[in-house]
Amino acid sequence: MIIDHPLLGPRDSDEFTYLGDASLLDRPDGLGEDAAARFAEYVYMRDNPAGLHRELWFHAAGDLSWLVVTRNTATHEITAVELASDVTRARRAGK
Amino acid sequence: MGRFSALRLLREGLTGNRGWTPHWRDAAPQPAYDIVVIGGGGHGLATAYQLAATYGQKRVALLEKGWIGGGNVGRNTTIVRANYLLPSNQGFYALSLRLWERMEQDLNYNVMMSQRGVLNLCHSDAQRDAAIRRGNTIRLSGEGAVYLDAKALKKDWPFLDYDNARFPIRGGLLQPRAGTARHDAVAWGYARAASDLGVDIIQNCEVTGFDIRGGKIFGVETTRGAIAAGKVGVAVAGNTSRLMQMAGLRMPIESHVLQAFVTEGLKPVIPGVVTFGVGHFYISQSDKGGLVFGGDLDGYNSYAQRGNLPMVEHVAAAGVSMMPMIARARLLRSWGGIMDMTMDGSPIIDRTPVEGLYLNGGWCYGGFKATPGSGLVFAHLLATDTPHEAATGFRLDRFARGHVIDETGHGPTPNLQ
Repeated sequence: MIIDHPLLGPRDSDEFTYLGDASLLDRPDGLGEDAAARFAEYVYMRDNPAGLHRELWFHAAGDLSWLVVTRNTATHEITAVELASDVTRARRAGK
Repeated sequence: MGRFSALRLLREGLTGNRGWTPHWRDAAPQPAYDIVVIGGGGHGLATAYQLAATYGQKRVALLEKGWIGGGNVGRNTTIVRANYLLPSNQGFYALSLRLWERMEQDLNYNVMMSQRGVLNLCHSDAQRDAAIRRGNTIRLSGEGAVYLDAKALKKDWPFLDYDNARFPIRGGLLQPRAGTARHDAVAWGYARAASDLGVDIIQNCEVTGFDIRGGKIFGVETTRGAIAAGKVGVAVAGNTSRLMQMAGLRMPIESHVLQAFVTEGLKPVIPGVVTFGVGHFYISQSDKGGLVFGGDLDGYNSYAQRGNLPMVEHVAAAGVSMMPMIARARLLRSWGGIMDMTMDGSPIIDRTPVEGLYLNGGWCYGGFKATPGSGLVFAHLLATDTPHEAATGFRLDRFARGHVIDETGHGPTPNLQ
């Protein structure tokens, strides 16, 4: 697979380390009343779709940036690549 | 279709082999069953067989979206072993290994069960200590293991790279009763035996939805019509998340692709199964002569049943580090299978929050060796509504409760297990 890095251009996926579903960016509030249940859900439960999947990749053999890659798990086709920092910044700005 | 025996083989051989018939009935779905098992892989077939054979269930159907033997049961590297450390796992796999040893007699089918031994190599003092500790727990479970130092190993395994500058081989933990079995024959044998006992094996029948009302299941919708069921057991590892989503349930599972490889046929060279202790690499030789081997997951979510080249290179490099002579073998085929990777690396066999819906999944990359045990304990759960004593740890809610069964200590990172 080739990941089209927003800053560095097309890179071999072997340069990256995979973490998983990009919902891991949405860390629950550790002081919330239902924190234990929400953290159990956050840590262990996954949608695991067969199709489009937004996921976190770390450019370990590159610029050490975290990316949010949108990839089809049924075909391995990559349709979008964003910097994770841009994703979280945009989300904060939207709040 | 009659029993298989040496006498029958002789008779058929002398009369032109015209007496053989299909091994199981290709059943059409009936409107209703007491128990419907979804998934015609090894586990589903073993479950359906045990429901009929051990628990006396008369109206059982097994639904398979493709054909029998077309999924992971025909894609694995055929290794059978019971060499786990944690009690929740080892008790179960010990039961499974004992069922493997009598499978051919139970099913009247030659599954080519070969107890040629599984050897796990170690390369440092720390690994040696861990191997001996694991060996002791295996011996306590009654399944047998023996630690061999490098000198003892050289007799049967002379081709390993003992003096590798970076990863010298110090010794290995051998489980003599472990080995390999022919995976297709396991599927066919269970299908034949289950069909003989009255189980309807329904192929090309994909489940498209569940009939759930008021938190209770009443049946399944399929590509061959609706089928009513008192109880439904799901055994579709690889696709557990997809199916359980139809019941509105999220799973502690990621689906990953694991590749396997086979070389051209060679003369007998590897006496058993051997695994590398540094990279993840395991290899054995099939009875046809091909070297069958595999390694790590590709490491990203996938339902594609095929992997990518970086892992091919990684596995081949690990193999050549362990036994340099395979560098000269030519690769014949490679393929991928989809693994249910759970958040602790151990399976799930449990009721679900939906009454009447039961789950057997999350087998990670180790489902084949579990086949007979999984069938027995899942049939027990389906028939009696109580967990089998060998599977009490495999609960669905163990993650939220903090009772994970994390054999490798990786934490909730399925791609690293």
